[in-house]
Amino acid sequence: MLSIIDYDAGNTFNVIKAFKHLGIEVQLTDEPEKIMKSSGLILPGVGAFGPAMATLEKKGLIGVIKKVVLDNKIPLLGICLGMQLLFEKSSEYGSHEGLGLIPGEVGLIPEKGDLKVPQMGWNENQLKKNETDFAFIADEYTYFVHSYYAVCDKQYLISTVDYGVEIPAMVQNKNIFGTQFHPEKSGAVGLKILKTFSEKVVRQ
Amino acid sequence: MLAKRIIPCLDVDNGRVKKGINFVNLVDVGDPATIAAEYESQGADELVFLDITATNQKRSTMKGVVERVSSQVFMPLTVGGGIKSVTDMQELLRAGADKISLNSAAVATPELITEGAKKFGNQCIVVAIDVKRNAAKDYYEVYTHGGKTATGIDALEWAKKIVELGAGELLVTSMDKDGTKSGFDIELYQKLSILVDVPIIASGGAGTSSDFADVFQKSAVDGALAASVFHYGEIAIPDLKKTLRDQGVNIR
Repeated sequence: MLSIIDYDAGNTFNVIKAFKHLGIEVQLTDEPEKIMKSSGLILPGVGAFGPAMATLEKKGLIGVIKKVVLDNKIPLLGICLGMQLLFEKSSEYGSHEGLGLIPGEVGLIPEKGDLKVPQMGWNENQLKKNETDFAFIADEYTYFVHSYYAVCDKQYLISTVDYGVEIPAMVQNKNIFGTQFHPEKSGAVGLKILKTFSEKVVRQ
Repeated sequence: MLAKRIIPCLDVDNGRVKKGINFVNLVDVGDPATIAAEYESQGADELVFLDITATNQKRSTMKGVVERVSSQVFMPLTVGGGIKSVTDMQELLRAGADKISLNSAAVATPELITEGAKKFGNQCIVVAIDVKRNAAKDYYEVYTHGGKTATGIDALEWAKKIVELGAGELLVTSMDKDGTKSGFDIELYQKLSILVDVPIIASGGAGTSSDFADVFQKSAVDGALAASVFHYGEIAIPDLKKTLRDQGVNIR
């Protein structure tokens, strides 16, 4: 079963609804045993990096997530803040250690000219990796709401968007995936991303 | 780069969309979820639902509307109308809304903006401002209660203040332009966009596709909202988007 990790960090309801709409069974859980037995994990997230990591730690989920993903090679998809947590650290209100599943760091989007922070709205994906099941994201617009962004090596990029700086939109390190945008709010292409990810889960 | 947003606005009364909506092939034109799905398929970038229900009793049905719409339509949803507390906001966000729009309540209780922003993040809190030019005193005046009550508040000052209080977006309706189909109040949006650095949504006055092109090209607004021109099919969103794209506006 695909598990959505429940750690009080924002709106999981719309993610659940999107999977329901696709006819894909998911469970919302914070129980380590259930997470250990999952065939795939979704790490959602809205809010701030530090408190989100603190909650994962308090619930005893950090080691569990790492074990499932690194040892059992179970596919994981981090969404928005959930994607940022996959990186090594963030400078959001101090310095915080992340899950360290993808090399890279999270920092504030630099204010440039008329660009507003947070980035809020639809931006166009530039495909950065051709050998991927997610190549259909090329030139598609997806929906973003964020003030911080990941800086990582280009080998981890599936797609980026231009917002004064090049912002990683979809990233991957082996079985670990992340979207800075909200697939559950990105219309047809967003649903296709969730569906494609869930097919990876089935194939495991 | 970020696309400019085209936003249809739907008035909801006791769980049903009010005002005639003349889409072809829609069996039940009053059902919010059906209409939302149609707008999604046309390429709307976001939807605003305004609860115009007069009584609090019926208001709880709005939660159900949001719940149903967000189960079928996967795009950003803003909900406004009669929201008076952080609890109201939380209920609508839990039902699937992405943003909450405050209007009269923000004027009556400005702290509500800050409380909402602290709890849910600035990006969740939209403040709607109804603006009418006060010719005698030469300023833009804020109106509340559906445009019925003049407040004496300077709209430009108010905009700055609500952003300081935590508003993440401003939805600014020009009452002078609303319903006239004579174009958006470009001067108002030019003035506002210099003063605040949060996204501004223009509303009021849309009559043709070129009105949208004008407001995007002549002011720094991030989105444009309209109701009747979309509902009555006077402007089809795919045609509008093509026109905007042809004129060099960045559109999804």
